[in-house]
Amino acid sequence: MYGDVLTVPGESAAVKLDGATAEAKAPPTAAEADAAAGELLAPDSQWQLWEVFTQEAQGAPHEHAGSVRATDAAHAIQNARDVYGRRGKVLSMWVVPTAAISATSPDDAEPFFDPASDKPYRHPHFYKAPRGVKGV
Amino acid sequence: MSDGTATARPAVESLLRLGDDRLVLGHRLSEWCGHAPILEEDIALGNIALDLLGQAQGLLKLAGALEGHGRDEDALAYFRDAGEFRNVQLVELPRGDFAHTMIRQFLFDAYDVLLTDRLAGSPHADVAGIMAKAHKEARYHVRHSGDWVVRLGDGTDESHVRAQRALDALWPYTGELFAADAVDVAAAGVGLGVDARTLRDEWQAMVTAVVAESALRMPSSLTVAEVPAGGREGRHTEHLVQMLAEMQVVARAHPGASW
Repeated sequence: MYGDVLTVPGESAAVKLDGATAEAKAPPTAAEADAAAGELLAPDSQWQLWEVFTQEAQGAPHEHAGSVRATDAAHAIQNARDVYGRRGKVLSMWVVPTAAISATSPDDAEPFFDPASDKPYRHPHFYKAPRGVKGV
Repeated sequence: MSDGTATARPAVESLLRLGDDRLVLGHRLSEWCGHAPILEEDIALGNIALDLLGQAQGLLKLAGALEGHGRDEDALAYFRDAGEFRNVQLVELPRGDFAHTMIRQFLFDAYDVLLTDRLAGSPHADVAGIMAKAHKEARYHVRHSGDWVVRLGDGTDESHVRAQRALDALWPYTGELFAADAVDVAAAGVGLGVDARTLRDEWQAMVTAVVAESALRMPSSLTVAEVPAGGREGRHTEHLVQMLAEMQVVARAHPGASW
């Protein structure tokens, strides 16, 4: 009901299929079809996606907490505070547009991350860690 | 301070006024649960509703103890009729559309952030404790609702129209927030209330600044005769009667039940 009220200025509404134009064109490639489907499926009330990182203590890393939808960075912080910051202790919070994150795809797993366990010399197993060193 | 003293009555009345504003507004906000425009906002409104209900619980508990008739916060919330409620009419109005809810919330939050700041310094330790926590919460509430006033007022044509309509409709009801009577003055004297007339200028400045940023137009000021009043003395709109019927139905159908 309020979706229309909350449309972000400048964000395009759901794309209309224009039959005449679609017929005149050559059949879409798979990539074009995906893009069109994505636009059609995206309801205009769903805002941009942001990833939220929270820090629990001074010096601790900001860890991924989850994601929120919001219209801009300030709004994302506000929403993240409600979804991830209200319970538990949070000292600091980052939000990053999901689109700004480059990521590997599942297909990359083998060439990128194969642990090469048949090459033991790649692992620091032959060193004795000095006392007091943790996390090796 | 025991019941029966000259100050007990204004003190009880003042705590009921503070508690009932929060109970009623908290319930109105909770009506959005599952209906807010987006999941994140649903959670935010639920959080704010819970903050207000928590404050109401503490204040009504104190009011009941001070009254000395054996009524606890549940008895006060669920077994009083509309005529016994002491909230301003602003908070009992139906939630309306999202713009209406947010404008109302901002008008109250701006008042609340000033009020809780004063009462956090109350010489009454319990009141000071509740209000210190409430002030922290109110600072977040006013940031949230103020942000929405700007976004809706300066958003699409439709959101602007709806926000302006809400501001114009709700404006007359803000007069009651600042109409201190003898009860308020007496309660303020012992630190259990605030003479809200002293908050008005600061409130007006806060609201004017946000409204200016939002591209909305400030409503014209009203004469006293046009300003709805009476909530503090138990005179309410029919909306409160309907709201209480819904809010109290389970408690009244199963008195003494616990869950």
